[in-house]
Amino acid sequence: MKDYIMKSLRTNLVLLFSTIIFFGVIYPLFIWSIGLLLPQQANGLPIIANGNVIGYRNIGQSFTEAKYFWGRPSACNYNPINAAATNLGPTNPVFLNTVEQRINTFMVENPGIKKSQIPSDIVTSSASGIDPDISPQAALIQIPRIAKARKIDQAVIEKLVDEKIKEPVLGPAHVNVLELNLSLDKLAELNK
Amino acid sequence: MNSEILGVLVTLVLMIVLSYPLGKYISKVFKGEKVWTDFLYPVEKFIYKISGINPNKEMDWKENMKALLKLNVFFFIWAFVIFLIQNKIPFWNPAGIGSMEPSLAFNTAVSFISNTNIQHYSGETGLSYFSQLLVVGYMQFVSAATGIAALALIFKGLSQRKAKGLGNFYSLWLRSNTRILLPLAIVVAVILLLNGTPDTFKGPQTIKTVQGDTVTVALGPAAPVVAIKQIGTNGGGFFGPNSAHPFENPNYITNIVECWGILAITMALVFAFGFYLNKKRLGIMIFAVMAIVYLSFTALAVKFEVDGNPLIKEMGIEQTTGSMEGKEVRFGPAASAFWASSTTVTSNGSSNSNHDSQTPLAGGIYIMNMMINSIFGGVGVGFINFFMFLIIAVFIAGLMVGRTPEFLGKKIEAKEVKIAALIILLHPFLILVSTAISAYIASHNPNIGWLTNPSYHGFSEMLYEFTSASANNGSEFTGLNANVPFWNIMDGVIMLIGRFLPIIGPVAIAGSLAEKKYIPESEGTLRLDSYAFGIVLLAVIIVISALSFFPALAVGPIAEHFSIL
Repeated sequence: MKDYIMKSLRTNLVLLFSTIIFFGVIYPLFIWSIGLLLPQQANGLPIIANGNVIGYRNIGQSFTEAKYFWGRPSACNYNPINAAATNLGPTNPVFLNTVEQRINTFMVENPGIKKSQIPSDIVTSSASGIDPDISPQAALIQIPRIAKARKIDQAVIEKLVDEKIKEPVLGPAHVNVLELNLSLDKLAELNK
Repeated sequence: MNSEILGVLVTLVLMIVLSYPLGKYISKVFKGEKVWTDFLYPVEKFIYKISGINPNKEMDWKENMKALLKLNVFFFIWAFVIFLIQNKIPFWNPAGIGSMEPSLAFNTAVSFISNTNIQHYSGETGLSYFSQLLVVGYMQFVSAATGIAALALIFKGLSQRKAKGLGNFYSLWLRSNTRILLPLAIVVAVILLLNGTPDTFKGPQTIKTVQGDTVTVALGPAAPVVAIKQIGTNGGGFFGPNSAHPFENPNYITNIVECWGILAITMALVFAFGFYLNKKRLGIMIFAVMAIVYLSFTALAVKFEVDGNPLIKEMGIEQTTGSMEGKEVRFGPAASAFWASSTTVTSNGSSNSNHDSQTPLAGGIYIMNMMINSIFGGVGVGFINFFMFLIIAVFIAGLMVGRTPEFLGKKIEAKEVKIAALIILLHPFLILVSTAISAYIASHNPNIGWLTNPSYHGFSEMLYEFTSASANNGSEFTGLNANVPFWNIMDGVIMLIGRFLPIIGPVAIAGSLAEKKYIPESEGTLRLDSYAFGIVLLAVIIVISALSFFPALAVGPIAEHFSIL
């Protein structure tokens, strides 16, 4: 009996640790070593300016100034370490009031935009809290405000947005807010 | 919108087309026939040798179940201990993440050994890289392989004639890891890596954004863990928002690959059943029954989400992009609802959107998917649950035509039907009793702070949680603040019962069928691959699930839906 228990203990322990080494260490290190050949991707596609990382291409950032395109509302204020959704249900009064307020605020800050022009993504919060994208419509309706704040011709910004909109064969059209704003800043620098 | 529907259809076609050859391959792996991955044999041989296992030893159902349970006890101890002491491990913890509180460690350990992956923590702040790789990533292999191996035992049992052996659990388990999960995980991990899913041992980076805010970006060795999370119907995300996180699922291409991964193996196992027993037509019939339920429920969920939230429409917002609360723009409502339905019919439980914020009936469909829990289902265990419905359907159909029920040439007798009925009733019992208890507590303690949402939706949050635990799914209505001892322990116990009894019962039936003598098919035999039996089977599944769960659904999602009409 004692022999049987010892043998069974040994079998299970050896099986446990040998497979931990294989699937918990060797497998991830194998994938990691492939990542060494792709340093950009393996580090999450960082964007570097003046030697500092100022963002990651796929991680949304908070933009609140009038001269920038704004992203979607965020449950974590665009701080990726706390990435989360609101968890508010579709009929929750708190949720509905918040959306109503966002619509009103948006119309005040973007004068001339009609309610029916506002797409739902710009007044609802994302699943990750760090959604990097907005819908093309959400970008287009912000152009008048940005043109005014930057004192640039609307047509110039329209052309820029047009270039940045991605319309894939599969999946929804979208535009990356950080990329858009970085090219806006670049444009402003050139015009100086 | 059309590019979104097209995206969903392409994913679906990819799943179905690839599952057929994959099923053929899996059947060969189960039988030990020659396959292209035989170059891994030396690794397996080495592991057999050092652990003193004879992979060719035939074991009966009891010996196999003992082996399965013992190994799982060791999995549990390993996971539980590491979660409790992760801050004492001197490496692979650059963020200095603390250890887990005992009830959370218990919940999380059970969650990962049972292939559930309910997470009452957030990966960014709750787990060290050591725990992510050597516990979570590891468990996502071995718990999935446990389910697959259990199914392989049943296949063997069904093919036996007057014999006791169901094969060797150790060997089937190890080969499910090396031959089935590993190759697929490597392919998915590399695709993720190419698209910008991080794979680094650097800790979180604090950066100054374009506008000058200071934020902290969590990184880590995510690519290999996310890959096996999708392939093994696990679902435990590396980051808190799971596959909605732009690192975990960077773009629509990765979304297609990850969504394919949810169903890849579990669809293939249905075809593997046909190949293994040389009953290809029956395999296709079962696949069709499952596909009918899956596709009709999924289409409904997609429609509700694409149409948008009626209450937001009332505000004067045109939801041309659908219901967007708790969704990501790069995926849109169609791919989000498609994923949510796919992850709940299988017991994957990963998510690329927030289920709590979806329209009431879409949420209801996800709960219903987990209540049925046998339409494709978790790897291995989904088909095992379906096997129970098969036994019941054969029994009922047999009664209707007045003959002794037979399944694949074996008589189905009282013993088998009793076990099958008990296993099928276990699931509603666990869900409904525990939801009733929690609803009672919540309604008598309004300030207990469990629920983010009031009223019907609050009830749905609790119903969803226990359904997910019992189905070993792992997705959540995350508005439920479940990281408290009550939920950690209740969930943990339900996950354990909901995992192991529905493996032991069916394997026992397979063991009993294996010993019976084979009765060749005759004129009077009920043909299982006929349309008539397919309809009986579908009816049994729908009636049992609808009757047991409809009252609970009526109080939650259905009531919420009618409250806004």
